[in-house]
Amino acid sequence: MHPETFVQAFVDIHDVTHVYAGAEDGAPAVEHMTLKVREGEFAAIVGPSGCGKSTVMKLATGLQFPAKGTVIVGGEEVTKPVKLAGMAFQNPVMLPWRTTLDNLLLPLEIVEPHRSRLRRHKAEYVARAEHLLAEVGLAGQGSKFPWQLSGGMQQRASLCRSLIHGPKLLMLDEPFGALDAFTREELWCIIRDLHAEQGFTVILVTHDLREAVFLADRVFCMSARPGRIIAEREVDLPRPRDLEVMYTAAFTDIVHELRGHIADARQAA
Amino acid sequence: MTHAKRRRRAILAAAPWVFTLGFFLIWELLVRATGTSTFVLPAPSLIAEALWQFRGPLSLHSFHTAWMTFAGFALAVVFGLLLGMALGASRLVHAGSYPLLVGFNAIPKVAVVPILVIWFGVGWLPPVLTAFLISFFPIVVNVATGLATIEPETEDVLRALGASKRDIIVKVGIPRAMPYFFGSLKVAITLAFVGSVIAEYNASNFGVGNLMARASADFNVPLLFAALIALAVLGVIMYAATAIVEKRMTGWAQRSQMASA
Repeated sequence: MHPETFVQAFVDIHDVTHVYAGAEDGAPAVEHMTLKVREGEFAAIVGPSGCGKSTVMKLATGLQFPAKGTVIVGGEEVTKPVKLAGMAFQNPVMLPWRTTLDNLLLPLEIVEPHRSRLRRHKAEYVARAEHLLAEVGLAGQGSKFPWQLSGGMQQRASLCRSLIHGPKLLMLDEPFGALDAFTREELWCIIRDLHAEQGFTVILVTHDLREAVFLADRVFCMSARPGRIIAEREVDLPRPRDLEVMYTAAFTDIVHELRGHIADARQAA
Repeated sequence: MTHAKRRRRAILAAAPWVFTLGFFLIWELLVRATGTSTFVLPAPSLIAEALWQFRGPLSLHSFHTAWMTFAGFALAVVFGLLLGMALGASRLVHAGSYPLLVGFNAIPKVAVVPILVIWFGVGWLPPVLTAFLISFFPIVVNVATGLATIEPETEDVLRALGASKRDIIVKVGIPRAMPYFFGSLKVAITLAFVGSVIAEYNASNFGVGNLMARASADFNVPLLFAALIALAVLGVIMYAATAIVEKRMTGWAQRSQMASA
């Protein structure tokens, strides 16, 4: 038996088929999908575009519920939004009428126990937000409005917002997709360091294979719609990984292997 | 270079004044040259004379009209905000009441004035209510649009945290709808003004509209035109006031180069 089956999975998506209520053709977005991510693990999901990667995010956070199969997160079956998750998207979706700092505090205005503590312990939370901002290289930028920041800076702030309430699960939906190559590499290192330091579980949805292999412990390849997992690959490159690792043969081999799976999936579509 | 630039800027600043003065000057010359009767088109000089002669009643009635407009407008703001929020927040309310609203909005409000007179008699209520009825629609539509167009990702971020529908509306929907709301106020105040003047003309014994009705009966054409000028001034003031409020309240939404140019 495979060793993983003995370990309790933190995110356990088992034989899930999901059809969106509004889908015109009634075709499922994902079909018979099974995926297990351990606690503290950095998982990446790659696949051809439109394969239902984002649906996985919605299922794991309880924004959608599967038509068939079960989704278990943190030992509980998901029947409502999970609350222990933080999310970041390709679009940083900062609220333009709030300063960057106030944007960061937004999740705390929603999630208990912070919600009821926020007013009385404001200074403590502001300090936490400023600490996070400093960690992603945005020290002292909290008083600016998001539209006064560059795209890369907004994305950093968006990462901070997804982490401010100390989530156990971080869901990233192509968060680096709209950034230039250098900014992207900087943000890879930032998320790598945050993950190493805080030990939360990450599910990263991306179409960039190098990004997936550089960051993840485990990479899942999805087929074209309706999405299924067609390959699972453990990335055993030692940590901490330096950007230089991307120019090694071991790294390239893994990327090459994954690329093969994606090419097959596209062919099959 | 800088000298030429400054010159161009000075010309641009003077342009509105020059054009306005030129407009009235050409009007005056045309009227005099063609010998047009005062009953058809009085010369600006004659209108100015009437403005001065009737300055007392004109300002008194203008003040009254402004009051009527403002009262109707205030009602429209309160009602429009509430209904707009209900429409934006609930798909059911939206689907159910939208056809009704569109149908109601399609009625020319002049046609409602006789009914208002039957219900409330001649007085201050018909102008206020007409101003209200004519101006609430754009507010409703704009507030509802602002609420209904929250980015799905923003909603996902909040819902994944366990936010209730009310949380999302309070934290995101309402602030987001504010630029739409304040934008609609400029349209609404103009419409409210139309409504109050129409109702005053038909169903009041006070206000600029009523003054015009009486001037018309007396064939006092210069006074009619003087009243028009008073209305124009009043309308511009009210429009400018809402534009200033809009700018102050939603500065974050007006950050593009296009808006500031």
